[in-house]
Amino acid sequence: MSRVIELTDQELTEVLQLINQLYGYDFTGYASASMHRRVYRFMHASGLNTYDDLRYNLSEQKATFEHFLEFISVNVTEMFRDPEFFKTIKEEVFPRLATYPLIRIWHAGCATGEEVFSMAILLKEAGLLERTRIYATDINPVNIEKAKKGIMTLQVIKDYTANYIKSGGSKDFSGYYTALYNNALISKELRENILFSQHNLVTDQVFNEFQLVCCRNVMIYFNKGLQNKVLHLLHDSLAPLGYLALGPKESLLFTDIADRFEVISPAFKIFRRNQ
Amino acid sequence: MAKAFDIIIIGGSAGSVQVISQIIHELPAVLPVPVVIVLHRLKNVASEMSKILSAQTNKVIVEPDDKDPIKNSFIYLAPQNYHLLIESDFTFSLDYSEVVQYSRPSIDVTFESAAKVYGKKAFAVLLSGGNKDGTNGIGAVIVRGGKAIVQHPDSALYPAMPSAAIASNKGIPTLYPEQIIEYLNKNLNPSR
Repeated sequence: MSRVIELTDQELTEVLQLINQLYGYDFTGYASASMHRRVYRFMHASGLNTYDDLRYNLSEQKATFEHFLEFISVNVTEMFRDPEFFKTIKEEVFPRLATYPLIRIWHAGCATGEEVFSMAILLKEAGLLERTRIYATDINPVNIEKAKKGIMTLQVIKDYTANYIKSGGSKDFSGYYTALYNNALISKELRENILFSQHNLVTDQVFNEFQLVCCRNVMIYFNKGLQNKVLHLLHDSLAPLGYLALGPKESLLFTDIADRFEVISPAFKIFRRNQ
Repeated sequence: MAKAFDIIIIGGSAGSVQVISQIIHELPAVLPVPVVIVLHRLKNVASEMSKILSAQTNKVIVEPDDKDPIKNSFIYLAPQNYHLLIESDFTFSLDYSEVVQYSRPSIDVTFESAAKVYGKKAFAVLLSGGNKDGTNGIGAVIVRGGKAIVQHPDSALYPAMPSAAIASNKGIPTLYPEQIIEYLNKNLNPSR
């Protein structure tokens, strides 16, 4: 491994402020340890060896920033990650959702859509998909374009099938996609009621009212102050008695609105907004 | 007397669970520092590892949530399917980004971030495993003046991981499990 190209905390802050000024993406509230790693990875991959190189290239070339955005936003995801979470959603949350004539769900920070497709499968199996509108948003436009296509590699499908079964799925998983050469295309029927669009949790506003908001493993990249701010946004996006699902290791403990939620599943961090 | 180190970080993969249990079991009941364990394990299966380790060691081992403060005397286990990072305000943060050395949690990631925050007050232990994770992390700890030791490959069920770290970090002490325990206990009780 080449020797560490490392920015000081101060330098990192300055780079992030520069990006905010030039491109309107505010990463200044991101958790520092992970951001340092990602900037390092970006510099390494782009052949930028110093802080000055980084600043110069980011200022002079929009393409450098677009590349940077790719590296900064974490796009790792999988279908039915934490299978038991999906099982819990199906058992604890769906019966409530079923009481609404029209169900609105928001996947905030959906990356390339794998969890959204997982949710659509469960909704379909529960007979709810037709009256559900899923809004799936991500900060990164490249992710959104990919998600809209609904294509993934066949290589990962085996894992996803196993996850699906662990989540309690009992149908034939291969019925949910069409294999094309080395790819799997998620069936149109599942994608029909999903609206993918770009949205930045840090700077954008409430845009609808939802019965369920999934924001899993997104806020782990934010510092406590930003987490608090975004949780207010998520809270305000929920209908009274709407559900909020976070990642299994995320917590409301460090926020000032923990008391506005009831805990539905402590293990899978499913909460319900108070009346 | 000042503590020799402010954190113990332990990395292990295949063949390391027994050694980790043994080490934790033999540590003092009340620890003056936090211990952070990064252990490779399967994802997407319900993991009982923290319970198993707790039962085997008579100590409470917890998986931290994102942003939990790092407290002395606590023994933490990196949650499955996340990288575990340490922030400069001594809190944990989790990261669900690409695997590093085919691993998430990756030992390198935790060791590198601990090295950055704790500098010469970091103490790293790398145990048995079948890949190269931990080698860069051990290097990062040493570069920043921290202390690192490796399980002697002869005593490791899977020697590849300690061997890789030894090859890249010349002169690093290699210890047998009993010696690791002895070393830790000596340094955790400076008055003795």
